[in-house]
Amino acid sequence: MMYSPAIIAEAVVNGLMTGAVYALIALGLTLVYGVLHIINFAHGALLTAAMFAVWAVYVAFGLDPYLAILPLTPLFFGLGYAVQRFVIGPASHGSDSNILLVTLGLSIAIENALLAGFRSDTRTLNTDYGFQVVELGPLLLSKPRLIGFGAAVLVTVLLWLLLSRTDTGKAIRAVAKEKLGASLVGIDVAHVYAVTFGLGCACLAVAACLLMPTFYVNPRIGQAFVLVAFTIVVLGGMGSIPGALVGGLFIGVVESLCGLFLGDSLGQIGIFLIFILVLLVRPTGLFGAKA
Amino acid sequence: MLEVRSLRAGYGGTEVLRGLDLSVGAGEIVAVLGSNGVGKTTLNKVLSGVLRANEGEIRFDGKTLTGASSADIVEAGLIHVPEGRKIFPNMSVRENLELGSYRRGRERRSANLERVFETFPRLRERSGQAAGTLSGGEQQMLAIGRGMMAEPRLLILDEPSLGLSPLLVEEMFTLIRRLNGEGLPILLVEQNVVQSLECASRAYILENGLFALSGTAEQVRNDPELKRAYLGM
Ligand SMILES: Nc1ncnc2c1ncn2[C@@H]1O[C@H](COP(=O)(O)OP(=O)(O)OP(=O)(O)O)[C@@H](O)[C@H]1O
Ligand SMILES: [Mg+2]
Repeated sequence: MMYSPAIIAEAVVNGLMTGAVYALIALGLTLVYGVLHIINFAHGALLTAAMFAVWAVYVAFGLDPYLAILPLTPLFFGLGYAVQRFVIGPASHGSDSNILLVTLGLSIAIENALLAGFRSDTRTLNTDYGFQVVELGPLLLSKPRLIGFGAAVLVTVLLWLLLSRTDTGKAIRAVAKEKLGASLVGIDVAHVYAVTFGLGCACLAVAACLLMPTFYVNPRIGQAFVLVAFTIVVLGGMGSIPGALVGGLFIGVVESLCGLFLGDSLGQIGIFLIFILVLLVRPTGLFGAKA
Repeated sequence: MLEVRSLRAGYGGTEVLRGLDLSVGAGEIVAVLGSNGVGKTTLNKVLSGVLRANEGEIRFDGKTLTGASSADIVEAGLIHVPEGRKIFPNMSVRENLELGSYRRGRERRSANLERVFETFPRLRERSGQAAGTLSGGEQQMLAIGRGMMAEPRLLILDEPSLGLSPLLVEEMFTLIRRLNGEGLPILLVEQNVVQSLECASRAYILENGLFALSGTAEQVRNDPELKRAYLGM
């Protein structure tokens, strides 16, 4: 099969746009992993919850999904903070394997609560810009996905600035590598854990707002995204912020090109081939630090 | 300044400290000496709130700190420079120092940073370097510098001479005297008995979870039992 360069270019750009939102989801996962040293199994369920929240405020108050970023991001930050501080932290008694189990339990609880509340129906939003396109030279690009790309990159940059420039960010990085040292300069480790978990959830809230104009939600939708996000985290290097961004963009392009050449339903095959390849060739990922 | 009474602590079921009384007065250097594994670091962990005491009382500056969080203890100015440095390896030297004033001394951060760089010119040269790539001696300087950033009212040093070359050990004790000369009380935990007793005003010898011997540095130095056990005389 031969495709014109314009079609391939469009697939690449489309892939970048999807990839940026993937990156945002992966960012939350990699941040929590880097600091708490656990895979947050509730990440997918929390994303689902955030997508339902976007849907709910749209249906109930007619709140535009992009405007919903303003209330939902702090709300999910607070939710994540509270869950880590008052549920996961106390329930895990400092043992990593316990944290894993608690997040797994949490994910089951959230998913079932959503199933009970919303059944397994699929829901969408009907915004008037959902199908609008922007002409960029020879390319026709989906407007909401272009917005999603810009916003996701912006959030990544903001998060990076937070981690590198502020005392809170530095405390997060300190706790990630040296808990005892952090305690001895007066950093409240439990608080930092909760802030980190809150930031992970805040990323999900933003991602949900960016996804909903072009995507649908059902109680299981988060898992599909998290599988891709996990591949990105492994590809970029567990715990690496730039790794999540680059990995996300890359995976988005791979998915898009595979979709073009192999057909839409096989688009994700490329992702998992890459996942296996990375594990074989470079298990620390592109930006991975030594263990 | 620091008063410890009948302190008991340990890990799980095993008790490591079995009733310690200790005090550090204003302007003093007090040494706590003892061989490997007797509980010196455990004592420091309890004093800095990382490990809970099972029993006993810790008072600092007239306030009770028993059971206080490590954040509150840092806030009070009781600063612990731990054994093994525990610096933040992924962060630059400057960021490590900045975090030293995370809880205390934040308003005077830049002035204190300048002061630390004057004390350790080596750290200024390396201020952008990742702390994990510093040499052992440089890491020890960084750990102490990070402690100084919190404007300590009392400094706990856990084996600051560990792993340093003889020349650097000498420099380390000179530095300890100098910091103390500026009015800073120091609780010095060491295995280096001879040099510690030279600069301390008083000393405690920890054995089997109890202070087997305590007194002025002079008294401790001349104790026949100590000479036999620690100095091989
Ligand atoms: N986290 C821990 N859990 C269980 N036991 C511990 C723990 N930390 C220390 N211990 C035990 O407590 C005892 C005292 O240890 P501690 O580190 O206080 O000794 P130390 O006097 O500082 O020795 P050193 O001079 O070698 O540093 C040791 O027997 C040690 O094995
Ligand atoms: Mg020790």
